[in-house]
Amino acid sequence: MNVAKPILELVAITKQFGSFVALKGVDIEIAPGSVTCIVGPSGSGKSTLLRTINGLEEIDGGAVFFKGEMIGQTVRGQHRVPVSSKQARLQKLNFGMVFQTFNLFPNRTVMENVTLAPITVRGHSRKSARAAALQLLERVGLEHKKDRYPNELSGGQQQRVAIARALAMEPEILLFDEPTSALDPELVGEVLAVIKSLAEQGSTMLIVTHEMAFAQDVADEVVMMADGEVIERGSPKQVVHNSSHQRAREFFSSVVAS
Amino acid sequence: MKTPTERTAQRLTDKGEIRAEALLPIKPRPSIAKWASIVLAVYVFFVGLEFFVFNENWNWPLVFEYLFGQRILQGLLNTITLTLITTLLGLFIGILVAWAKLSPLAVLRKLAAMYIWVIRATPLLVLLLMIFFLAALVPSLGIGIPFGPSLFEVPTNEVISRFTAAVLGLSLYLGGKSAEVFRSGIIAVDRGQFEACRAVGLSPLTTYTRVIGPQSIRVITPPMANEIITMFKNTSLVSVIGYTELLTTAKLIYATNFQTIPLLTVAVIWYLTLTSIAMYGQSLLEKRFGRGFDRRTDKEEQREPTEKVETRTSTIADGDIR
Ligand SMILES: Nc1ncnc2c1ncn2[C@@H]1O[C@H](COP(=O)(O)OP(=O)(O)OP(=O)(O)O)[C@@H](O)[C@H]1O
Ligand SMILES: [Mg+2]
Repeated sequence: MNVAKPILELVAITKQFGSFVALKGVDIEIAPGSVTCIVGPSGSGKSTLLRTINGLEEIDGGAVFFKGEMIGQTVRGQHRVPVSSKQARLQKLNFGMVFQTFNLFPNRTVMENVTLAPITVRGHSRKSARAAALQLLERVGLEHKKDRYPNELSGGQQQRVAIARALAMEPEILLFDEPTSALDPELVGEVLAVIKSLAEQGSTMLIVTHEMAFAQDVADEVVMMADGEVIERGSPKQVVHNSSHQRAREFFSSVVAS
Repeated sequence: MKTPTERTAQRLTDKGEIRAEALLPIKPRPSIAKWASIVLAVYVFFVGLEFFVFNENWNWPLVFEYLFGQRILQGLLNTITLTLITTLLGLFIGILVAWAKLSPLAVLRKLAAMYIWVIRATPLLVLLLMIFFLAALVPSLGIGIPFGPSLFEVPTNEVISRFTAAVLGLSLYLGGKSAEVFRSGIIAVDRGQFEACRAVGLSPLTTYTRVIGPQSIRVITPPMANEIITMFKNTSLVSVIGYTELLTTAKLIYATNFQTIPLLTVAVIWYLTLTSIAMYGQSLLEKRFGRGFDRRTDKEEQREPTEKVETRTSTIADGDIR
């Protein structure tokens, strides 16, 4: 895994909310085709980190490199300036995001949710966008719901549509922020199954999750965060069982036991 | 087929433990309030009958004579034209001001806030008069540099007719009132919607026209309908600057024939008609933009038993993961 050139590098990322430091210099590299699970206690900065990657949160220091190219800012002389809003929008297309609360567009059908961006942003024809969307919906097992509105679906189904919507833009990296923690326990499995199948097909993914069993199952690497820092990284086995860090051991004994 | 009650009765008898009370039919409690309300409704009906129909003073024949009279219809047409034009212009101003008030630029926000403040504080009557007598303040209107030369200029009185003063006054007024309604509609939309739009890379225009806008229309339709219906009636205020719309026409007529009540009734009938049309429009809008917010189907259809997650490479049972 360390042989391949990283597709995504986070270098010394810092982020402040007022005087509160949410990220204190985070370094992570992601290999192409790898699955990285980010775990850690609530408030440790996992969501914030994920959101800085696709620009939903502006960083205060450090940089994000995608395929070796800095995103979000450009160097101008001795300093950096933010890229134009149009370019920022284009850079975002490298990432697909799946939210904890799905955030489907409630005023659009399932099909429209999936095709809106491919048609208006990528300029695909209606017909080809619909055909592609249908394939994606099939992949998440929801082609028969294509004309429904989101509020007519269960939480698990909504999240699977959200995954299809993210996939429709053919992103290079998928970001998941606790994709199952808003779901009833019996609906968690169907969403994790979809994510796992994506992992098996070689998608590059970053997943913030509290599902430790799932992380051990699919992750190539587990990153453990606490108080805005990465305190442990490695293979799932390494991190969960032989954790050298006291805080990490405490965290795992609490979540694995439950 | 036996009814469920009969089946229950059978079962209880079989067990030899029938409790007769358990099988008595259930009826609603007799309600005095219901009867009282019916009596009240009948009473109100007869009061209304006496007041409206068997009351010579309404002079209904005269009402019907004037209802479609030449002058009244002209006044009605003026009201409709004025309302349509000022509503369009006013809503356009409202959107601009709301957009400015939500802008990240502090200067724009302050300007918008000031505009809203002034409009809220100024009685419409004053606004109309000020605009109509604008020439007293600035004899000529033009574009140029303050205190400096101007590029283009026209005498104020040529621009400000009764009609343009009415249109300007009313739409500036609606602009200020509707700006806050628009803004409330935008901030009512969940933050996650904006984030989802950004995450899939939608342009700001698409974000507002396809996702955020339609969701706010649903929220703002009822208060906006209020504002616009108020506009019909506010148009009557333009009589102070001598523009003759529906109510002014009615006033002019009863000033000569002294049939005050019948002519006011004519005006009211037309206002009722216009308001009904507007309310019908409102209900159409609510239906159109309510889609996706109220469940169309019943719960039965929600969980289809046949549904399962199939993925191309593998199908994983829940147990494997959890
Ligand atoms: N917009 C914000 N304004 C102020 N503080 C914020 C904001 N967003 C996050 N924070 C703070 O930053 C810290 C990290 O938040 P974050 O949401 O990244 O945690 P998390 O690891 O995702 O937690 P959880 O597991 O509960 O989702 C928290 O202490 C939070 O209160
Ligand atoms: Mg979080």
